[in-house]
Amino acid sequence: MTAELVRGQNHPLTEVRLEIRVSAGTPLVAAATLGDENGKVRGAQWVVHPGAPALPGLEVPRQAAAGHRLALDLGAMPEAVHRVSVLLALPAPGPARFGAVAAPFVAVTGLDGTELAGYTIIGLDAETAVVALELYRRQDAWKVRAVGQGYAGGLAELLADQGLSEARHLAATVEEAVARGLARSVAAPPSRTADGDRSRHTAPAAPGPDQTGPAASSASSGRQTVPDTAPAQPATPQDGRTNAAPGQPAPQPPYADNSGPQPPYPDGALRQASASGPQPPVPATGPQPSAPTRGPVDYTHPRRQSSAPPPPPPTAPPAPPGQPAQPVAGDATGWSMDERLYNQVWGMFEDLARTTAAYRSAVDFADSRREKELDQALSDPRSRTGGQGEAAREAAHARYTALVDQARMALDRDLAQLTAESEVVEPALPPAFARWDNPVWHGYRVPMEIPMAVRLGDLNLPENPSLRIPMLLRLPLERGLWIDSGRSASSDDDVFADEEELRRLAMEAAVAHAARLLAVHPAGEFGVHVIDPAGAAARTLAPLVRSGVLAGPPAAGAAGVADVLGRLTQRVDLVQMALRGGAPDALPPGFDTSEQLLVVNDFPHGFDDRAVNQLRYLADEGPAVGVHLMMVADREDAGAYGPLLDPLWRSLLRLTPVPEDHLADPWVGHAWTYEPALVPAGSRVLEQVLAQVAEARREWNR
Amino acid sequence: MTVNLTKGQAISLQKNDGGSLAAVRMGLGWQAAPRRGLFGSRTREIDLDASAVLFADKQPVDVVFFRHLVSDDGSVRHTGDNLVGGAGQGGDDEAILVDLQRVPVHIDQIIFTVNSFTGQTFQEVQNAFCRLVDETNGQELARYTLAGGGNYTAQIMAKVHRAGTGWTMTAIGVPANGRTFQDLMPAILPHL
Repeated sequence: MTAELVRGQNHPLTEVRLEIRVSAGTPLVAAATLGDENGKVRGAQWVVHPGAPALPGLEVPRQAAAGHRLALDLGAMPEAVHRVSVLLALPAPGPARFGAVAAPFVAVTGLDGTELAGYTIIGLDAETAVVALELYRRQDAWKVRAVGQGYAGGLAELLADQGLSEARHLAATVEEAVARGLARSVAAPPSRTADGDRSRHTAPAAPGPDQTGPAASSASSGRQTVPDTAPAQPATPQDGRTNAAPGQPAPQPPYADNSGPQPPYPDGALRQASASGPQPPVPATGPQPSAPTRGPVDYTHPRRQSSAPPPPPPTAPPAPPGQPAQPVAGDATGWSMDERLYNQVWGMFEDLARTTAAYRSAVDFADSRREKELDQALSDPRSRTGGQGEAAREAAHARYTALVDQARMALDRDLAQLTAESEVVEPALPPAFARWDNPVWHGYRVPMEIPMAVRLGDLNLPENPSLRIPMLLRLPLERGLWIDSGRSASSDDDVFADEEELRRLAMEAAVAHAARLLAVHPAGEFGVHVIDPAGAAARTLAPLVRSGVLAGPPAAGAAGVADVLGRLTQRVDLVQMALRGGAPDALPPGFDTSEQLLVVNDFPHGFDDRAVNQLRYLADEGPAVGVHLMMVADREDAGAYGPLLDPLWRSLLRLTPVPEDHLADPWVGHAWTYEPALVPAGSRVLEQVLAQVAEARREWNR
Repeated sequence: MTVNLTKGQAISLQKNDGGSLAAVRMGLGWQAAPRRGLFGSRTREIDLDASAVLFADKQPVDVVFFRHLVSDDGSVRHTGDNLVGGAGQGGDDEAILVDLQRVPVHIDQIIFTVNSFTGQTFQEVQNAFCRLVDETNGQELARYTLAGGGNYTAQIMAKVHRAGTGWTMTAIGVPANGRTFQDLMPAILPHL
């Protein structure tokens, strides 16, 4: 049970291994002092700070940060220690006083994350350092007390007050350590991107047995040139737009296309990346009414929280010993249920990729070992006669089977766990993440805000095709989409050989994706344009056209193509100019700044050279200013352009209308079978959803 | 309690209660080089790197080092490259975490190494150490002091290998020379 402490209040602690979590709106320095039974700090060696971040049982971060987790093991403390004071201080380059920033929040949690006590340090003004909490020993039991004693003179004054003679020197040491920490850390990103995706461009693969991978050579040549920051986001031109969401956490790496260039490998698990990702919205309480004697007038309600800390994520109930915990939907980090589910899905994706990698690696090894042993048995002249060779062969087979069985057991254990997780996660998904057959679509309402991501299909691996991971794509889209209506190598021989059928399926998938994108955006924030030069897809497009959700009727003929492309090109150009000039307000009045999606069927039918160039311009420049492309095309049709269009195809994310293994994960690069998210046959859900979207658009336009 | 291992000494990673060890961490810490002269930016930084090589029957299968931070199967994770070291106060500047229960079945040995990427020998590095820690309870299993260790740029630390159903750790502590773990492969092989 969480106890919300007020200043001076204490609370018993039942555990000795604890975590102290600090969240604040601005980077803070965390430190701690240890005191003996008289409360006396026996010297600098009893102060834990960024310059000396560890003592037995206690560690503090080296850097100033808006969020901290201090690991604390009271049981490991020296006997003489009777008191631990947790200190927070504002680092030198930053806000000059606590009164100018949101009130910091500290919580004492158990190792499993359950919050035992929390305390919002309110009422600070000119102080720059504060004793936040005190943990103290009473008759061999530990308690925590909310202290909240601030010091305007900073750490030096605070430490001096604790009886340290060398307080000033120590405070200077801390300051230097923090400055060093700052110099080492990556420059603060404009949005939450770099924080959330702290990835590093790593070598594409670990060197194999021969030890001469590309990693080997590049490692010894010029490591320092490797960019150390997260994959660069296309700056943040979106910040100027009304519908941009600067508060959204980092985009995850795009799904890689096996045929295209591989994306950089993100190093850490996404589960971890997200854990350190978005900084908490601050549990801000305004200063006490009596506090502000100086400074600007404070208009905030003294007791209203401008944003509450997020509700704690659902945690799995404790598992019986020896068994994995029961999975729970949303059992991941994040500031909203959507974000948690998103992170959980990515976690499942990575776990499945890795456990399969372990299995495949083991089977490969077993294979090569058997080969070697059989070769040996054959080359040994003694074994050619008699039963010896036979016995050797059998032994080799037995060893092979034993290892593969073991590997399969480990894989099956993991698959069972992931399947169980998938079974609880799928029903809990919001519409944007859910399959079309999920009942959540029947209760669909037009959303008020743009979701984090949208599901475009499912991914599975041949080891267990029934375990399907949602393929979630971040919004706003970063690359265009290409729904390949051409025949691919793997579909040569099967029932999809019929080209017309394939084209129809591709357009069906495109309609499903476009409808989903429309449905998950608030009314009026997403427009869909369609180019269908020959009217070939009129029947498939009917649901979109009939419900009236399109920006206009599908453009037909060369004139229609030129018109739509011309308008969108001009729009991209205008928005770009406005953003580059730093004057997004200068756009013409009534200018529609919503996201736009252009669906192009039958490319390059109806396209002249000018139109092709415009299309390429849109593909390159559009995503950054909210104009996206969805090509429904067979690459062969544009074969006359030769290699000129290769960059265009490469810049698009290729999806298929039928299941095909062409997508690679960013961790180990398995080929995943992609299955598009299609509306089940006979289902009316698409029409129902589109009718609601159309209704909301009419209201919005009014 | 730290067990200061001597060369070749093996300790079993079984817990006292019979359960086997679930996770180990190899930690590496060293002190940043002191600033020299008037130009503070022209420091001679020291970059030590921790690596782990995963072997299946003496064949290297996967490597975890600063360019490949997570083994493909996800069981071995490097916490990230540190290019300059820390304050030398005892914290780990680089760490490699091994989830022994998730190590693929065919991997039977994991070798831990330390290299000086910037080429300083351990004689020149201050307060450098590496240690193996039982990640579940923070207990230090083994510790080596690298500083003043001699005219070497690398050390093959230890190996963790399967023994029966559990794992055993053997201290190796053999000095070697090399910039990254690749240079150490010939030196590693005799210890498999």
